[in-house]
Amino acid sequence: MKDSRPGGNDRKGHMLTYLAKRLFEMIPTLFGITLISFFIIHLAPGKPTDVLSEMNPKITPEAREQLEKLYGLDKPVYVQYGMWLKRVVKLDFGNSFSTDRRPVIEKIWDTKQKLIDRRLFITFFINVLSMFFIFIVAIPIGISSATHQHSLFDKVTTVFWFIGFAMPAFWFALLLMMLFGIYLDWLPISGFKSMNYELLTLSGKIWDRTRHLILPVFVSSFGGVAGFSRYMRSSMLEVIRQDYITTARAKGLSERTVIYKHALRNALMAIITLLGLSVPGLIGGSVIFENIFSIPGMGQLFYMGVMTRDYPLVMGILTIGAMLTLIGNLLADIGYMFADPRIRAR
Amino acid sequence: MKSLYIVYLLLLIGVIFCGSSGLTSQQPVVDTEKSDQPTYGDTLITGSIGEPSILIPMLAGDSASHDVAGLVFNGLVKYDTDLSVIGDLAESWDISPDGLIITFHLKKGVKWTDGVELTADDVIFGYKTIIDEKTPTPYKEDYLQVKKAETPDRYTFKVTYEKPFAPALTTWGNLIVLPKHLLEGKDITKTDFARNPIGMGPYILNKWTSGQEVILDSNKNYFEGRPYIDRYVYKIIPDPATMFLELRSGGVDMMGLTPIQYTKQTNTNFFKENFQKFRYPVFSYTYMGFNLKHPWFKDKRVRQAIAYAIDKGEIVDVVLFGLGSPATGPYVPNTWVYNPNVNKYYYDLDKSRQLLKEAGWQDTDGDGILDKDGEKFEFTVRTNMGNRSREQTATIVQYRLKKIGIKMNIQVLEWSTFINEFIDKRRFEAVILGWSIGIDPDQYDIWHSSKTREKEFNFVSYNNPEVDELLEKGRRTFDIEKRKKAYFRIQEILAEEVPYIFLYVPDATPILHARFKGIKPATIGISYNLPKWYVPKNLQKHRMEQ
Repeated sequence: MKDSRPGGNDRKGHMLTYLAKRLFEMIPTLFGITLISFFIIHLAPGKPTDVLSEMNPKITPEAREQLEKLYGLDKPVYVQYGMWLKRVVKLDFGNSFSTDRRPVIEKIWDTKQKLIDRRLFITFFINVLSMFFIFIVAIPIGISSATHQHSLFDKVTTVFWFIGFAMPAFWFALLLMMLFGIYLDWLPISGFKSMNYELLTLSGKIWDRTRHLILPVFVSSFGGVAGFSRYMRSSMLEVIRQDYITTARAKGLSERTVIYKHALRNALMAIITLLGLSVPGLIGGSVIFENIFSIPGMGQLFYMGVMTRDYPLVMGILTIGAMLTLIGNLLADIGYMFADPRIRAR
Repeated sequence: MKSLYIVYLLLLIGVIFCGSSGLTSQQPVVDTEKSDQPTYGDTLITGSIGEPSILIPMLAGDSASHDVAGLVFNGLVKYDTDLSVIGDLAESWDISPDGLIITFHLKKGVKWTDGVELTADDVIFGYKTIIDEKTPTPYKEDYLQVKKAETPDRYTFKVTYEKPFAPALTTWGNLIVLPKHLLEGKDITKTDFARNPIGMGPYILNKWTSGQEVILDSNKNYFEGRPYIDRYVYKIIPDPATMFLELRSGGVDMMGLTPIQYTKQTNTNFFKENFQKFRYPVFSYTYMGFNLKHPWFKDKRVRQAIAYAIDKGEIVDVVLFGLGSPATGPYVPNTWVYNPNVNKYYYDLDKSRQLLKEAGWQDTDGDGILDKDGEKFEFTVRTNMGNRSREQTATIVQYRLKKIGIKMNIQVLEWSTFINEFIDKRRFEAVILGWSIGIDPDQYDIWHSSKTREKEFNFVSYNNPEVDELLEKGRRTFDIEKRKKAYFRIQEILAEEVPYIFLYVPDATPILHARFKGIKPATIGISYNLPKWYVPKNLQKHRMEQ
């Protein structure tokens, strides 16, 4: 029997080759990212040993040299990078330079802790929630702005989201904390669980975590909602002007079907790519809101690592962040492939 | 200046934190109602910007680690409220007449929290660990002065020094004692003990959740008596604004306030009713130091003239919102070593102009800037980035010096660049910096003429044979009267010669919820008697699950 669709098996093969190719391409990209990051970090003034040794009258120059040797800082930077790379290939990010000298991976993904208390999981979880929130809020807003172009709703949301886009996240976060944490006293101000968390029932625990997550997720997705609703609006406006939409309308389809069946799917195309590209922004944003809300995620760890020039820790988080970004882009492309038959056929 | 604070002073805060009993406070208790009897219970939540990294005191470099480790470990000695040294784990000690041998007699029956008795073996084990070259500790130097350490019996620890060393006694604080039965033969840098320490102090580590909090429970068998507050939570909140909101909403009981929070934001009825604020000097000072090798600043009269032209009171009022005091020398006012009778250089423009004239600086071309031999009096003061109070101080000094015809430029530099490129290479005319000082008055490293090599701390190149001799004298005797005499004289000389203009001593300004009682503020702060703090039964907020 003949495959009714043209080139069925062939297309599957194409897809696999395409995926393999993309995965393979990720390796040099990742290598480049780590190389540049490593050198930039080492070029930044300051050393990990500064915390222990600068302006401490009790430390002798010999002791300082000993500390630097201990961290391998006495070797040239390219040698240090070689040593680092050799370890990372084996998925070993080395030990942190902070005084506890724990393995970096244990700090990021501590298997002794519950899943919900592991830093990478926390950051990942909040970002996924934010992304979901952005998606379900921004798209309807974008659609109605587009379909009701120049209406009062469109104008109001435009102004509103421009304000949201321009507002510094940390300031916005503090305002919300004051409103909901102090004046209304509805939500906790910071942290990831309450003092009495251990005493709560399971449903109580879930509710407690949820309450702690409301403000951070809202703040971290606010800018995203603002941006994506604008993208969605313009993407939709462009699609509506296309001939096939006119055709659909001419066929006598209802406006609802035209918009949600024919236009939406095409308009979403651009959004999928952008969502993939927004991953690094979200991870970067984690550094800010995790610090403001005292959320023990990877961003907070990164900030502390940068402040103490903890090179292995900073590099470890950057590498993981880069991998997540690349994977995010790949997923976006795959999503694109599913949504757009033209790409599938290629 | 982070690094400076972190290592030098906080070592001492660790000692202060060790708790104590039966102290007689020199200052009256703030507002303890006499009818309240101390009771057990409740939780104290302290907010901290940083997270501890390691709970072995000798390996810790940051203040957060020392804050927490200080509650878990005690030392042989500690500071009393009047800054004299008193016994902690040591019942008493003898110093040989030549000052070379210190013999500590330990208290009997003190137990590690796992039930094993603490003996002199644990002390010598800790000592051997800290001098071991494989131990990466920044505090080694003091212990390398020890020639011989021995334990004549279970409760006696004896150390012999090469030369008498006055600060020696205080080095036997809480950095040193470690449980031998748990750590012997293990690599101290890799052991699990660092995150699960067993101590003998007032609190026991219960749970440490990275990035969130460290929970400590009271040690019911603490050798100075069970602490009243059952639980101490060290909550990590990296953002200071968030921490203040948590304080306001009751999520935090204690934190350090910034000057603006102390004077303005907490000056409301809500805060007055629910909180108590404290204020005491921090053991540090900010100064303007001159490069004494520079041809202009070689002349003592020029330095004195600049000192007269600066209004220190104004700096305290503007930069610190009045939360500090003008400095007159390298010691904190109201301590035994502080000499109140030195020239204080009160703001006096006439004297300043007079001195400059004597030194040959005059405005001959009438452009408002002094000149001498055709050169204009224009120089640059450098300070480090990230310390706003220093930058603001520099601006005020700039404004004042303009009035006597000196043009001062300000350059703010990133810390490492500042130290490596300017301080170490002596490429500076003047700097504005600060020192955190130990409670012991020994400042040999800062003023002795032998300490002028690169990376050493007499970077202004101060050289005075009399001061050298007095510094030597001060650190070689345990006789407090003799030390006082030496350090009083040093302060007189420094005031006369002005190698630094001592600007101000800032105040620490902690705030604490009003339900906590038993706080006795002293020169060394408030936390020293933490195990004696309590909350009256009817005011207790947190109930403990047993």
